[in-house]
Amino acid sequence: MTLDVHIKHRFADFALDIAFQAGPGITAIFGRSGAGKTTVINAVAGLLRPDAGHVRLGETVLSDIVQGVFMPPAQRHLGYVFQDARLFPHLSVADNLTFGVRYARAGSKGADFDDVVSLLGLEKLLTRSPNTLSGGEKQRVALGRALLAKPRMLLMDEPLANLDGPRKQEILPYLERLRDGPMQLPILYVSHAVDEVARLADTLVLIQEGRVRAQGPLFDVMADPAAVPLLGVREAGAVIEADVESHAEDGISTLSISAGKLELPGVHAAVGTRVRLRVLAQDVILSLDRPDGLSSVNVLPVLIEGVHPGDGPGAAIALRAGDDRLLARITARAVKDMRLHAGMHCYAILKATTVAPGSIGR
Amino acid sequence: MSADATAWEALRLSLWVACWATLLAVPLALWIAWILARKEFWGKSLLNALVHLPLVLPPVVTGYVLLIIFGRTAPLGQALEAIGLRLAFHWSGAVLAAIIMGFPLMVRAMRLAIEAVDPKLEEAAATLGAPRTAVFARVTLPLIAPGILAGSVMGFAKAMGEFGATITFVANIPGQTQTLPSAIWTALQIPGAEGQVVGMVLMACVVAIGAVLLSETLARRVAKRIAGA
Repeated sequence: MTLDVHIKHRFADFALDIAFQAGPGITAIFGRSGAGKTTVINAVAGLLRPDAGHVRLGETVLSDIVQGVFMPPAQRHLGYVFQDARLFPHLSVADNLTFGVRYARAGSKGADFDDVVSLLGLEKLLTRSPNTLSGGEKQRVALGRALLAKPRMLLMDEPLANLDGPRKQEILPYLERLRDGPMQLPILYVSHAVDEVARLADTLVLIQEGRVRAQGPLFDVMADPAAVPLLGVREAGAVIEADVESHAEDGISTLSISAGKLELPGVHAAVGTRVRLRVLAQDVILSLDRPDGLSSVNVLPVLIEGVHPGDGPGAAIALRAGDDRLLARITARAVKDMRLHAGMHCYAILKATTVAPGSIGR
Repeated sequence: MSADATAWEALRLSLWVACWATLLAVPLALWIAWILARKEFWGKSLLNALVHLPLVLPPVVTGYVLLIIFGRTAPLGQALEAIGLRLAFHWSGAVLAAIIMGFPLMVRAMRLAIEAVDPKLEEAAATLGAPRTAVFARVTLPLIAPGILAGSVMGFAKAMGEFGATITFVANIPGQTQTLPSAIWTALQIPGAEGQVVGMVLMACVVAIGAVLLSETLARRVAKRIAGA
C-alpha cells in the first residue's frame, strides 16, 4: 500500500509544493523548522485542507481538491502521534488507549489491547492519569492509542522532539519494534533530527522551504553529496549496514561490512545482529596510499564516484566501498592538492569514535 | 392567605421558576457560548453585546421591553397566547425574565470553559476516528462540564433573586407570580411585618448557600474525574 501525496498550499510568506510517495516501512520527512513538514503531515491527516493537490492511500482517495474530495480526518483511519502527545486529561491511560477502538474499521486487523500494552511496556501505567506521566511515557501511550484504533498507516510528527536524550533512547526501540514487527504498518515520520531519521527510516524525503529537494531509499539519499547542505555539513554522512561478528574483552567489537571489517567501541548489539552505522562525512579522511601507523584501524579501500565542490571551502566526495556508499567531506584545497577525481581508487579512514553504533542500530 | 402560607408559596414559585429557567437556558447558553468561543461570523460582536445587554440595562427596562414584546396587547404576545402560551402576568413570564437576566452570566462562564479547551485534543479525537458528535460528547463536554455547572448555578441563583424585570413583566400576584424577592419587597411595605421578612430572607439565604455548596461538591467531583486522580 503506497501513500501518494501532492500538496500545494500558499501561506502568507511562502508557498508549499510537495510531492512524494511513501511505501512500506518508515518514510521520514526531514527538514528544518519552517520547511513545511507539519503542513504536509496535517494535510495527509485531513487536519489541514490544502489549496490544491491530492492524497491517496492505495486505492483510497483521501483528498483531491480539484475533484472536490476531502475526507474528514475521522474517516481516514490514519493513526496520528503528535509531538505533544495530546492525551485526554479527563481519561485514565487505559481509557485513552481504548478511545478509538470503537471507531476501528470493521474487520480490520491490528494489534489487540494486550499486545499493544506489552509492546509498549504500559502495564504499570494503565490506571494512571495522563498528567502524572513523564514525557516519554506520554508518547508511548499516545503511540498505543493510535495503534489501537487499527489505523491503515501511522503518522508521527516529531514524536521525540520534546524528549531529552535518555527519554528518546527509551522510545526508539519501540519504534524499531513497530517497524520490524509483525504489524507491518507503514509509517510517515516527520523529523528535524538527522540521528532519528538515520536510525529509523527506510525512505527519506528531504524538504526545504516548501519543496522536495531529494527523496529515495535512506541509504542512497544519505550518501548523496547533494544532501550535504540539506542535512547540514556536520550532520551529513552515509548510513551503512553492518553485521556484528564478535565482542572483544577490551570493549572493541568487530563488525563486517561489504568492504571489509570495522573495529568499533561501544557496540551493544548481540553477535549476529545487523546494525546501522552512521558514518559522518566530516569524520572520513581520504588517503592516496594505504596508511600505516595510524591510531584508527578502520581503513577501507574505496572508489571515488564523484567530487562535488560546495559553496564554501568544502567539497563532498562520493565514495564506493564494496556494495556500500560513503560520503566524505574534505576541503576543496585537499581535492586540488591530491588531484582527486571520479574513478580514482584511494583509502578512507574512519575515525573509530564517530562510527558509534550506540546511537544507531536495529 | 396567611403570612406563612404566602412565604412558602413564594419560595415554591421561586424554586419552580428558577429550575425551569435554568433547565431551559443551559442548552441555549451552551450553544451561544460555543458560537461565541469557536466561530467567526459577521455580527459576532453584535450578538455578544445583545447577550450582555440585560447585565447592563436596568432590570426594570428589560422587564418593560419584555412587556412591549410579549405583553397581552403586543402582536407576538397575542400570537403566543393564541397557541396557549401566556407570558405576561403569568409564572411562565417569570421564567422568561429569569432566563434573560441570567443568560449573560451563564454564557460567560461557559464561554470561558470552552475557550480553555485545547482544540488540539479534539483534533486528536478526530484522528482516532471519532465523529464530531462523539468528539463533543467524549472530549469537549467532560472538559467543559465544570464551566457548565458554574454557569448553571449562577443562572439559578440569578433566577432565584431576579426582581426588577420580573415584577415589571409579570407583576406581583400572590400565588401566581409572586416570587420570593417580590414577596419580601411586599412584606417590607407592611408596617410590623418584619418577622415575615426575616423568615423569607432566611429562606433565600438557605437556598443560595445550598446551591453554592451543591455546585462546589459537583465541581470537585468533576474536577477529580478530569484530573483522574
